[in-house]
Amino acid sequence: MGLLSDPNRRRALISLLTRLNAPICALCYFAGVCWFMGLAFEPFTLRTYMSENAMGSTMVEERFPSGERALATGKEFAAHKKKVGGMPVDWLVKTMQARGLEVFTQSFSRTLPFPDENKERYMVKGTNVYGILRAPRAPRTEALVLSAPCSPGDNNNQAVGLLLGLAHYFRSQVFWAKDIIFLVNEHDLIGMQAWLESYHHTNTTGMDWSPLQGRGGSIQAALSLELSSDVITSLDIILEGLNGQLPNLDLANLFYAFCQKIGVLCTIQGRLQRNDWDSVSGYSHAVQTMMLMVMKQASGRPWGDHGLFLRYHIEAATIKGINSFRQYKTDVTTVGRLLEGMFRKLNNLLERLHQSYFFYLMPSLSHFVSIGYYMPAFGLLAVILLLRALDLWVQLVSPPAIAADGVGDNAQQSSPGVLSVLTPLVISHLTGAALYILPTRFQEIAVEHFPVSETEAVVLTVIAVYTAGLALPHNTHRLLSGEGTEQGWRVLKLVAVLYLAVLLGCTALINFSLGFILALTLVPVAAFVTPHMPKTLSAVVLVILSPAFTLLFSVFFFQELEEMPVSFQDGWLLYLSVISQGILDHYLYGSLVYPLIALMVYPCWLLFWNILFWK
Amino acid sequence: MAAPWCSRCAWLLLVFIYSLYVMVISEEPTPGNEQHASVVDNPQTPAETVKQPTEERRWEATQVDETVPDDAAAIKPDLPVPDSVLTPTPPLKDEFQEELVVRPLHSGDIYASFQFRTVWETDFTRGSKVSHYRLFPKSLGQVISKFSVRELHISFTQGYWRTMQWGQPYLPSPPGAELWVWFQDTVTDVDATWKELTNVLSGIFCASLNFIDSTNTVQPSASFKPLGIANGTDHRFLRYATLPREIVCTENLTPWKKLLPCGSKAGLAVLLKSEKLFHSSFHSQAVHIRPVCQDGPCKTSSLELRQTLNVVFDLHASGQGKREWSLFKMFSRTLTEACPLASSSKIYIDVTDNPQEDQFELSPATHLLSQAVVLGDRRTFSVYDLTQQVTFGTVRSLNVLIRWKSTEGDMLRPLLHAERYVAGYGLQTGEIHTLMYNNHPFRSFPVLLLDSVPWYLRLYVHTLTVTSKGKDNKPSYIHYQPSKDRMRPHLLEMLVQLPPHSVTEVTVQFERALLKWTEYTPDPNHGFYVGSSVVSALVPSTVAMNTNITKEQPLFSTFFPTKEESSYFIRVYTEPLLVNLPTPDFSMPYNVICLTCTVVAVGYGSLYNLLTRSFQVEEPNPGLAKRIANVIRKMRGVPPL
Repeated sequence: MGLLSDPNRRRALISLLTRLNAPICALCYFAGVCWFMGLAFEPFTLRTYMSENAMGSTMVEERFPSGERALATGKEFAAHKKKVGGMPVDWLVKTMQARGLEVFTQSFSRTLPFPDENKERYMVKGTNVYGILRAPRAPRTEALVLSAPCSPGDNNNQAVGLLLGLAHYFRSQVFWAKDIIFLVNEHDLIGMQAWLESYHHTNTTGMDWSPLQGRGGSIQAALSLELSSDVITSLDIILEGLNGQLPNLDLANLFYAFCQKIGVLCTIQGRLQRNDWDSVSGYSHAVQTMMLMVMKQASGRPWGDHGLFLRYHIEAATIKGINSFRQYKTDVTTVGRLLEGMFRKLNNLLERLHQSYFFYLMPSLSHFVSIGYYMPAFGLLAVILLLRALDLWVQLVSPPAIAADGVGDNAQQSSPGVLSVLTPLVISHLTGAALYILPTRFQEIAVEHFPVSETEAVVLTVIAVYTAGLALPHNTHRLLSGEGTEQGWRVLKLVAVLYLAVLLGCTALINFSLGFILALTLVPVAAFVTPHMPKTLSAVVLVILSPAFTLLFSVFFFQELEEMPVSFQDGWLLYLSVISQGILDHYLYGSLVYPLIALMVYPCWLLFWNILFWK
Repeated sequence: MAAPWCSRCAWLLLVFIYSLYVMVISEEPTPGNEQHASVVDNPQTPAETVKQPTEERRWEATQVDETVPDDAAAIKPDLPVPDSVLTPTPPLKDEFQEELVVRPLHSGDIYASFQFRTVWETDFTRGSKVSHYRLFPKSLGQVISKFSVRELHISFTQGYWRTMQWGQPYLPSPPGAELWVWFQDTVTDVDATWKELTNVLSGIFCASLNFIDSTNTVQPSASFKPLGIANGTDHRFLRYATLPREIVCTENLTPWKKLLPCGSKAGLAVLLKSEKLFHSSFHSQAVHIRPVCQDGPCKTSSLELRQTLNVVFDLHASGQGKREWSLFKMFSRTLTEACPLASSSKIYIDVTDNPQEDQFELSPATHLLSQAVVLGDRRTFSVYDLTQQVTFGTVRSLNVLIRWKSTEGDMLRPLLHAERYVAGYGLQTGEIHTLMYNNHPFRSFPVLLLDSVPWYLRLYVHTLTVTSKGKDNKPSYIHYQPSKDRMRPHLLEMLVQLPPHSVTEVTVQFERALLKWTEYTPDPNHGFYVGSSVVSALVPSTVAMNTNITKEQPLFSTFFPTKEESSYFIRVYTEPLLVNLPTPDFSMPYNVICLTCTVVAVGYGSLYNLLTRSFQVEEPNPGLAKRIANVIRKMRGVPPL
C-alpha cells in the first residue's frame, strides 16, 4: 500500500493503468477464458476422493438377489398403470403394505400459470405414494429417501419395480439405523415438489397438497432412480439441481466408488471418461463434459427429481440407467446391488454429508475442479470491470486537459449528473419489472386479441417487452432536460460497470456457471461501449452480446454438446420453449434465473445500450 | 390440574387371585371360556383367574391424600367378579412376583412385556435406618434412603413405539432415557440432590444420566403426578429430564438384570439374553419405585420396585417369512422353572383377537384363562402358571408357540396418538408442529401436552397456535416457563380439549441460536436433539364404545353406555426431533475463510483510504539554519529563502 500512498508512484501506476487499460483488459479476458478452458485439462484437476470417513473405511456387502422379481413387479406395475391410465395408487399401496412398509398417500393439485406444451399439462392433479421402512430400534429422527417417478407411457416401470424389490429386501435386514422412505411420485417434479413441501410444511409455490400422515424425521440423503429398460449398459449420475445447487461431492464419489467396485460403467453428463487426457480428442472430451455441466448448472433448473431436495439441505442425486448399443450389459440385480451398497453406506453416516465440496465442476467422474480453482477464471473477467471503473474514475476526477472549458463543465455536471444517472437506472429497471410481470399477467388479453395459445402468448410477450426495451434511450432522453454531457455518460457508465461487477460477483458465488456465462458476454460490452463508436455496428454487437442472444447461443451450443445439432428453425422453436420452461421453472419450483435475468441483468445491459445512444 | 392415582389404581401384575371358576363360567359365557371351562376340573389349579391389571388413573385437580390401591373397589362393577378376600399376606416382609405378557400384534410382530415386582414392607420416609436387604436390591435401597426419594421412574428405550401399528404399549416410554423423581418434602436443596442422584444412577445403570443438568431438567406442573401414595403434589419436589440421544444396549441391561432377586439364573429372566433382545424393533427397560399401601386401610406403606422390560420382535427381520413365534424363536431359550424366590410366576398370552382360534393357534394349549381391562379394552389372556409343574409338561420345558393362520395387517386407529416434526427449511428459523389425533367417533377429551425444548431453539411464544378442525382451539390451561440461555430449557404445558374425530395441531416457531464454538458436540452436523413431548390423557374406554350388546351381559351393566370408570389414563410420547443448528465448518476451509476475510478486511481498509484521501507531496523540512534565516528575513520584510 505504500506504493499507492506515494503520490508520485501512484500517479505513475495510475497513468500506466489508464494508458494500458485496453490491452490489460484484453489480456485479462483472454487469460480468464484460457484459465477456464484449462480447468478441464486433467493434470490441472484433482482426483476425487472420499472425504467422509463414515462412508470410506466401512465395508459393506451387497447381496440384493432378486432383480428378476423386481422386473416382474415392474411389469405388473406397468400393467396396472396402463389399466388405471395413470398412477395405480391402490395397487402400489397394497404392494408396499405387503412388503411390510408403513404406506401413506398424498394428493396434490396445481394449476400452472400457463400450459406447459412440452409435457402437455395445465391443471395437474396427482397422488404420491410412499412407504416408510421403519428402522428397528431407531427413534424416527433420520431418514433416507429412494424415489422413482411414475412417468407416463412405458418409462420408468423398471425403476418402480426395482424400488419395490429393494423395499422388500431392505425390510428383512436389521442393520438400518435410519428410516428409509420409498417414494413413487406422480407428475415427476411437480409431485416431488408437493411431497417435499408437505414434508417440510412449507408452501413456496402456491401448490395445493394434502398433509402427510407419516414422516421419518430429518432426511439425510436422497436418491432418485430412473430406469426404463431391463438391462442397461451404463449408469449416469445427474447432480445439477435447482438454481445450480449441487449435492455434496461425496455423493458423487460414493456412486463412483460403487460403480468401480461392482463393475458397472458409469457416466456423468452421459459421457464415459477417457484415459487419453494428453491427446487433443481426450482433452476436448473433458472440455465438452465440463461445458455440459456448466450449461446445465447455469440453466438453474432441476435436471432430475433430486434437484428439489437440495433446497432443503438434503444431499440428492438422480441415477439414470442408460441402454445404448454397447456390448456389455448390466442386469437389474447389479443395479440393485449398487443401490443397496449406496444406501448401506449412507445408513452408516453419523452426520450429514458435509466433509467434501459443495461447489465444484466435473470434467469427468473421477476428476473435479473445486471452487478454489475455477473462481480465478471468473475473477479475471470481473477484474476487467474494476479496471474500467478505475479508468473512468480517473477520467472523471481529472478532466482531460484537452477540454479547454473543463472548469465550466465540472460546475454544470453536478446537477444533471444525478438525474442523468438516475433516470436511465429507474427506467431500465421498470422495463425489467415489466419483463418479469407482464408475460404471465397479460396472457389472457393476448390470447383474446391474437391467434396464439397461452404459452405462445407468454413467450411472445417476453420477446416483445424485451425488444421494446431497446427503444429506451429515446424515451430516457425525452425525460431528460437538455443534452447529455460528456461527464454524464461517464458517470452512468461508472455506475453501470460497478453494478454489473457486483451483480455478476454475487451470481457467480451462488451459481458459478451462470455468472461465468453472463460475464463472458456482458463484460466485453461493459468494457468498451462508449457513445463515440460507430452506432450501427456497435448496436449490432451489443444486441448479439445481450442476455437474450446469450440464451440463444447457449441453446445451440448445448445441442451441439449433446451431439444433437438442430437446424436454425428447430433451434428457434427450442429457444421459445426454453423461455417458457424457464418461466415455468420459476413459478413451479422457485428457480431464480428468470427473475435474475429480468429484474437485474437485462436492466443492467440496458444501461450500456443507453450509453451507446447517449446524446 | 393434578393427575393422581386414584383409588382403583394400577396393578399390572396380578394383585388378586380369585378362584371362582363356577361363578365366572356362569357369568362370562364367552365361547372360548365355555370351551375351556368344561375341560377344567383340576382342583389344584384355579381354572379361571380374574385379575385387575387395569391401568387406570383418574386425572383431576384434586390432591391425592388417600390412595387405596389394594382395594376391593378396584374390581370393576361391570366385571362379573364377586367380592372376595385378599390373598393372605405372606409371612415374609417382602415379596417377589414375575410375569410375562405376550401380545401378538396386528402387523405380525410380537410384543413381549416382562414385569418383575418386589414389594417390601418398609418405610424409608420415617428415617429409620434399614440395613437388612433380602429381595429388594440394596444398591437402590441405599440410593432411595440417602436422597430421600419418594418415587423414582427411570426408563431406557431404544426405538420408537409405533402406535399406528402396534396399538398402545402397556408402559409407554420415550426414545432414549427418561428419569423423573419425586423427592420427599424434607429435602431442602432439591437441585443439588437431583444432581447427585443422577450421577449415582448413572453409575448404577451404566448410562449417561450424568448428562442431566439444569439445561435439560424441568419441573412439570401437571403432567407427572405421583403414582404411589403421596401427601402432596407440590411440583417443587419433582424433577423430570429426558436424554433423547441415549443409546441403550447390553451395558444397561446387565445392571438392570442384577437388580432381580434371581438375576438371570432362573425364572422368566432366563429369557433376557441380550443377543436376542437387541435384535428387535423396540426395546425398553424401566425401573419404577414408589410407595404403595400395605393393606386396605392404608395405615402403613410399603415400597414397590417394579422392573419392566418391553420388547417387540419384528416379523420381517426374523426371516423365513413365516408368521410364527415361539419363546425359543424370540429369546433363544425355553423356560424350565419359575424363580424359586417368586411368589407368583406367570405367562399371559393375549388371545382377545382370537376367540375362535381362527387368527392364530397357541401351543401347548392352556386351560387357564383370565380377563382384564387393559387400556380401556377388555382383554382375554391365556395363562401359564410357572409355579405349577404341570405347565412344563413331560419335556420339562415350556416353549409357547403362536402360529398365525391369516395374514392381514392393517394400520390401527388408536384412539389417541401424537406425532411431531420440524417444518421449514434453512438454518435460521423453523416451526415445531405437534399433531394430536383423537380418533374417538363421538367423545372429546382433554389432554395435557408437555413440551420441553432446549434453550438453543428460541421459541417465539407469540406464534403459538392450537388449531383443531381448522378452528382455533384455546387451551384451558397454559404453563410456560421461558428458557434462559445455557441455564434451563423452555417448558410448555397446556391442557387442550381434543374434539372427537379430529387432528389438533400445535405449532410454535423458533429461531436457531448460534452456539459458542465450544458448545458444539463433536458431531455438530448430526444435529441437536429435542426430547419427545408428552401427551397425557384420560381417554374414553373402548369398552364404553362397544354398543354391541349381543354379548350376554347383565342388563343392568349395559344401560348407560358411558361411565366414569370407562376412561383410562394413557401417556403418549411423540418422536424426538433432530434439528440442525447453524454450524461453522470446523475444518480447513473454515480457517481459510476466516483468514481470507481478515485479509480482505485489511485490504479493504487501505483501499478505501487510498480512494477517499487525496495525497500531496510534502515539502521537505528546511534545516535549522535556514529556518532561522527565514525568521530574520521575515522580520526584515524580505521574501524568505
